[in-house]
Amino acid sequence: MSVASEDANVRGSGRDVHEEPGGHGSFRGYMTGFLLSVVLTAIPFWLVMSDVLGAPRLTGLVVMAFAVVQIVVHMVYFLHMNTRSEGGWTILALIFTLTLVLITLVGSVWVMYHLDTNMMPADHGMHMPAPQSVPVEPGTAAPPHQHQH
Amino acid sequence: MRARRFWRNGSRIMAAHSTAAFTADDFKGPGDTPVFLDADGKHHPEGGTMLGFWLYLMSDCLIFAALFAVYAVLGRNYAAGPSPKDLFDLKLVALNTSMLLFSSITYGFAMLEMEKEKRGRMQLWLAVTGLFGLCFIGLELYEFQHLIHEGATPQRSAFLSAFFTLVGTHGLHVSLGIVWLVILMVQVQLRGLGDENKRRLMCLSMFWHFLDVVWIGVFTFVYLMGVL
Amino acid sequence: MFSNPDLQKLLFGRLTLDAVPLHEPILLITFAMVGLGGLAVLGGLTYFRLWGPLWRDWFTSVDHKKIGIMYIVLALVMLLRGFADALMMRAQQAMAFGPNEGYLPPHHYDQIFTAHGVIMIFFVAMPLVTGLMNFVVPLQIGARDVAFPFLNNFSFWMTVAGAVTVMASLFVGEFARTGWLAYPPLSGPAMSPGVGVDYYIWALQIAGIGTLLSGINLIATIVKMRAPGMGMMRMPIFTWTALCTNILIVAAFPILTAVLAMLSLDRYVGTHFFSNDLGGNPMMYVNLIWIWGHPEVYILILPAFGVFSEITATFSRKRLFGYASMVYATVVITILSYLVWLHHFFTMGSGASVNSFFGITTMIISIPTGAKIFNWLFTMYKGRIDFDVPMLWTIGFMVTFTVGGMTGVLLAVPPADFVLHNSLFLIAHFHNVIIGGVLFGMLAGITYWFPKAFGYKLDAFWGKMSFWFWLTGFWFAFMPLYVLGLMGVTRRVQHFDDPSLQIWFVIAAFGAFLILLGIASFIVTLVVSFLKREELRDLTGDPWNGRTLEWATSSPPPDYNFAFTPVVHDHDAWWDMKKRGYVRPLSGFQKIHMPRGTATGLILGVISIVFSFAMIWYIWWLAALTFVALTVVTIGHTFNYARDFYIPADEVVRTENARTALLAERV
Repeated sequence: MSVASEDANVRGSGRDVHEEPGGHGSFRGYMTGFLLSVVLTAIPFWLVMSDVLGAPRLTGLVVMAFAVVQIVVHMVYFLHMNTRSEGGWTILALIFTLTLVLITLVGSVWVMYHLDTNMMPADHGMHMPAPQSVPVEPGTAAPPHQHQH
Repeated sequence: MRARRFWRNGSRIMAAHSTAAFTADDFKGPGDTPVFLDADGKHHPEGGTMLGFWLYLMSDCLIFAALFAVYAVLGRNYAAGPSPKDLFDLKLVALNTSMLLFSSITYGFAMLEMEKEKRGRMQLWLAVTGLFGLCFIGLELYEFQHLIHEGATPQRSAFLSAFFTLVGTHGLHVSLGIVWLVILMVQVQLRGLGDENKRRLMCLSMFWHFLDVVWIGVFTFVYLMGVL
Repeated sequence: MFSNPDLQKLLFGRLTLDAVPLHEPILLITFAMVGLGGLAVLGGLTYFRLWGPLWRDWFTSVDHKKIGIMYIVLALVMLLRGFADALMMRAQQAMAFGPNEGYLPPHHYDQIFTAHGVIMIFFVAMPLVTGLMNFVVPLQIGARDVAFPFLNNFSFWMTVAGAVTVMASLFVGEFARTGWLAYPPLSGPAMSPGVGVDYYIWALQIAGIGTLLSGINLIATIVKMRAPGMGMMRMPIFTWTALCTNILIVAAFPILTAVLAMLSLDRYVGTHFFSNDLGGNPMMYVNLIWIWGHPEVYILILPAFGVFSEITATFSRKRLFGYASMVYATVVITILSYLVWLHHFFTMGSGASVNSFFGITTMIISIPTGAKIFNWLFTMYKGRIDFDVPMLWTIGFMVTFTVGGMTGVLLAVPPADFVLHNSLFLIAHFHNVIIGGVLFGMLAGITYWFPKAFGYKLDAFWGKMSFWFWLTGFWFAFMPLYVLGLMGVTRRVQHFDDPSLQIWFVIAAFGAFLILLGIASFIVTLVVSFLKREELRDLTGDPWNGRTLEWATSSPPPDYNFAFTPVVHDHDAWWDMKKRGYVRPLSGFQKIHMPRGTATGLILGVISIVFSFAMIWYIWWLAALTFVALTVVTIGHTFNYARDFYIPADEVVRTENARTALLAERV
């Protein structure tokens, strides 16, 4: 792609003759990626639709693991991620972004879970049970299973 | 203090500039005098388009991260309305997913044809990719229409708001990709496979495969784990 | 106006004549003043026949230097608006005690504090930072422009479009009354049914596109376009901080875009993300917006740190102390800034475990910042310091910012935060770091790089006046707020009952008046310097005896920045060249490849303004029309393949020979 005879000083990149549009895949690479991703898609669908494992929590974890593997497969075979392209900057950007995605997801869930636990006791039946379900003794504000003394 | 850690040494830097004609030898003039100017205009900065577009994709990825986070937090707030178990048809989702997977491999084939400079066959594969994309969008619209018909509208509960927004944003991206694809096909037809158009096709390729990756997250996290 | 209400609704949405606030005397006066000022500017432009040059050389230019300057002009104009808001608030709070209701009714006061915050952060601080980076970074790395010159122009016009949208709210309709982050459910459809929050959303979304794209642009520029020899550890510190800031922009602004989009869905479509019913959770908005909001703080301050680093080294005539540690501190801050967001809402109720985690990370992030302060002090130590205006700002910053940092660490302690949350102590703290850090930094940077941009220095006397008024004004304006905050006075209050508090507000108002003198002195500086420009002229291109590459070229630099790309051997590249006998070349010039100017960015910006206006007022036909127009113009632009041209070698020779002659004249 590079035109060595080009003698101009180039400042913008939109016209840059030295652009090397990334590493390309091969037929073999694309087919490997495709077959792998078909398998990695089919198994989790099968696991969930036929309820193979019987335990939702376990199935959930397995399905998530498959997703992670499949994402890596797509990254490698379709997006041609490697440590060399663009001088390592793309992989660096990807790692940084994934870290932030993780922080955003895990952080939000963690923060909001604790908020719900502390601030919305109605869901947990700890402090403010629904009035019709728990008998409240006349004169006491607190339901019976709370600290009475 | 001289910075003497990584990235310091000239040859490493020049490796990054390998396409430029400016080499490590150009740092020293006759008799080891330092060279302060690229007097022959040998240095050419590398193009930033691919990196820039990748950075855009990373920022897009964070938009999806925010939507996933909202779905993770609000996704069980059914407000006494329907839950994923009542709504999702996994067979439809599996069919939809296969459309996207097929479109990925066909886009890959298009890129291989592009490298071989076979414009006609590349256009054919691009068209096939676009059709798979349209099928995906069609199926998604059918699903949405079906849900809304059942009363499971985005206004029904926080779960449904988060669901429609997350899946809809992905769908919007795919639609945008299809529009872009059509424009590029026209441009390739008009101006051939120059460097400029190749670069654009590479960008769309990254965009298309990136949307695949997001979809893996969607079908796993929203659909599969939803009906568990 | 129309007898048929349906037709009127179809044509104008919810826009009626009542939306123009003719009944508000304050707004009418503003209206008249803006109108007269605008007419004067337009008349002046016509009289001096400046429309052509303005259009050709500035508005449609893709030159990073021009765009950088335009960003800064935008910021300074918006600073006047934002500061007018500040003065009004200070005046209101100084008088509204007991029976005196002040002169601003609550609904107006609420719009003012919202507008003040939004404008100061998004349309003053951000354009200052982006403008300075745009102007300086390509020069510092020896490049001829940014990686995507058209995108740069487009980003600028999107920022302008956002600013125009905010300003339009002053004259048509109202602005949000929600505070600068528009927390729901107050900003939701039930509590804020008017157009205020919609103005807020669209202004930020449009400006946000510009910010994000310019972030991507500058990262690609720094990564890909450095001069040969400039490895990562030979980049000037300002470029390093610019890189980290832009990484933060690209990684944080998408979150803002997403969260505002969800708020719009709540308002326009009736979804339930942040509502109080049907499963929505307003605290999720607060959580997400601070995931953007905290990095935003570092987006603003990191470039200021870079400016101070350059200035300290230059005016102390010494190499920067601890270059590598400065780089590592910057990178560590970049990463840590994503782990502290919850300290903005400790009182939400996430409990001890969550709060202590975020309290500790907050305290940790002050360590690299402290390291930087010591690096600057050690750079000054035993240096031959010139107390020029940029250096004064730097020293003023070190004192002021350190105090602000310490009150920040106080707020990082969750139990203390429960007392101080939402109090005036918090207001004093963040003004302490934003004025003392960001604003001082940007004013220092403007003073420092002004001669590079225009070829003459700024007048030192008025510069010093501006500095001293700002500094003393800041201390008078915000120290009383610390006191009031400790006494428990909350923010955003329009009227007080306890007369014993009044004296503190009067002192604060006096401080705001001093800052007004500071701003006025700054404007006087610009005017006086322009009038005395021949006297202040710098022909060398290196008025401060600088250290980095931007001082290697003429002032103002030619369109192509450098006739020959510099070759770098050291992170103080220009200092190194001067020390080792660099001689300016007089011949051998070649033609230079450059990007072509275009009006597409400006056109897209204008259409965006109309689009957002239509969306705000529910004028659906216009929204659809402008959306189609945006799409068509964008697609049309991609069919333009002729985006570059060559500056012929003759012209380069002519430009460089003219400079040679000027330099010879001086000797």
